[in-house]
Amino acid sequence: MTLTEKILARHSGRASVQPGDNIWVDVDVLMTHDVCGPGTIGVFHQNFGRQAKVWDRDKVVIIPDHYIFTADAMANRNVDVLRAFVAEQNLPHFYDVGTERYKGVCHIALPEEGHTRPGEILLGTDSHTCTAGAFGEFATGIGNTDAGFVMGTGKTWLKVPPTLRFVFHGELPPYLMAKDLILAVIGDIGCDGATYMAMEFDGDGVYCLNIEERMTLCNMAIEAGGKNGIIRADQKTVDFVKSRDKSAKPFVVEQSDSDAPFAREWVYDVTKLRPVVAKPHSPDNRAYVDEIQGTPIDRAYIGSCTGGKMTDFRAAARILNGHSVKIDTFVVPATTEIARLLKTERIDGGQTLEEVFLNAGAKIGEASCAACLGGPSDTFGRLNSAIKCISTTNRNFPGRMGHKQAEVFLASPLTVAASALRGSITDPREYLS
Amino acid sequence: MNLSTIIQGKAYVLGDNIDTDQIIPAQYLTFNPSIPEEYKMFGKYALAGVPPAQGGLPKGHIPLHGPANEFISPYSIIIAGRNFGCGSSREHAPVALDAAGIKAVVAEFYARIFFRNSVNGGYLIPLESVKRLCETVCTGDELRLDAIAGRLENLTSNETYELKPLGEVAPILEAGGVFPYARAKGLLKA
Repeated sequence: MTLTEKILARHSGRASVQPGDNIWVDVDVLMTHDVCGPGTIGVFHQNFGRQAKVWDRDKVVIIPDHYIFTADAMANRNVDVLRAFVAEQNLPHFYDVGTERYKGVCHIALPEEGHTRPGEILLGTDSHTCTAGAFGEFATGIGNTDAGFVMGTGKTWLKVPPTLRFVFHGELPPYLMAKDLILAVIGDIGCDGATYMAMEFDGDGVYCLNIEERMTLCNMAIEAGGKNGIIRADQKTVDFVKSRDKSAKPFVVEQSDSDAPFAREWVYDVTKLRPVVAKPHSPDNRAYVDEIQGTPIDRAYIGSCTGGKMTDFRAAARILNGHSVKIDTFVVPATTEIARLLKTERIDGGQTLEEVFLNAGAKIGEASCAACLGGPSDTFGRLNSAIKCISTTNRNFPGRMGHKQAEVFLASPLTVAASALRGSITDPREYLS
Repeated sequence: MNLSTIIQGKAYVLGDNIDTDQIIPAQYLTFNPSIPEEYKMFGKYALAGVPPAQGGLPKGHIPLHGPANEFISPYSIIIAGRNFGCGSSREHAPVALDAAGIKAVVAEFYARIFFRNSVNGGYLIPLESVKRLCETVCTGDELRLDAIAGRLENLTSNETYELKPLGEVAPILEAGGVFPYARAKGLLKA
């Protein structure tokens, strides 16, 4: 069996499963946020009753992150719905806005707060829940109805997906990042190339990536239509998980059998890749940066679950250090922990990352999803007119970051930072000696 | 929610990769679909994110809503190309189509979360066509759909198209979603 099949089999009480099997599984963690939480809670109350209790208080995690720093009354009402539910159910894992516990983007908050463990099943009401596959678990996005069902029963039905295997060899050159790898993969297989399938990332090229870069790979499995992205846990994973999980829950590290039946396999030599961009209006609209170098850009955006982690900001700071941006540049840390680190971590013993960004002329926002998905019109960095933006985010379908006629280019933090300095799409190799 | 498996109505035609941000843009996600007065607002904004030239093919620039009703569309069946409902997992997407009066979508294939949400929430019937129909059917054509027989008739052009069987999700759709299905099967207390 593949890694994904093994996890699903164990959670369904079966010795083995095969792609296509419909199975009921026990869920380890259910996550919801301010956009889908109110609807999920409504489904739960309607179907299990006003007095019902969630199946396991310790397994429900609520992380408001989408529409946080906005004057929109409806958006703020939705966070109140979460608060009332947490109080009613006495839920321990709630990261409320305006408190010390507030985190920001759920997919980064989950591992930081110890809610991701190898071998588990994590479901969340957000398509990028697949990010947590980086910890060797099965993680996927679901809707409100499914989440309401899980909330009451701890179970869901799943169809076992066939697994596609992506093998990376070699160590990434300094001008490439995990974002270039995943954009190359999506360019190869298309934004429907993994529909209904698992995407397993493997090979020495994956295991030399740090945890955050592995999260970037798994995060964008959904942009190829994947049900989940997954990477076998290694010592780096286990060390990270143990350093974060205060509950010290036991977990099972599994891996694909050597004769596991993969539906298809792709092999990449990462040393031969060049920086990649996804052009408007689809994540599979691939171009190499050197092919569209010089395309004028109006705005740069560095943030989100896929592009707002410390590794992303260290990379951007390496390019921006000592220079000035030519276009509006927005920096949004994914979580409050990352925001704090921007103030303390220094580049080459000199300025803090925050100082590098501010001195370069970038604006820094507060930890949240912000303009990655547009949101209310007063959202930090939102594209409110038909401009061109280069962004470290994960999706560029029409209107994703706000305006329907805006054009979004997806790229690595290195490429976005280099492009911010020129005001046009720029190869990061020009700024890396 | 009662899903009819025989549906007659007008077609609204879209292309490939219609993602859930186009079906219901993020700024409207502040409405709560479990509150009935807010549920109907999703109908008003259904497909608000589709660029005008891509809405109502083959001509384009045809809005989903007519002048008579800003919430409910005069169209009841969406015809689309590949990968319908890709992107965000928001259940607000099938909710928006249901609230706008869409009874079924016939696409080449779906992104899995949209398909799952449509079935489990019992909002609409997501069918797959054997052949690509978004370049054959025109917006406004009168269609007659039999979801169980797997047949779509175009009464305007006098053509019949074959649909793929609903398979294992048919009983969930016929029950009206995963909750009524699970109750009927004894998986949940009635």
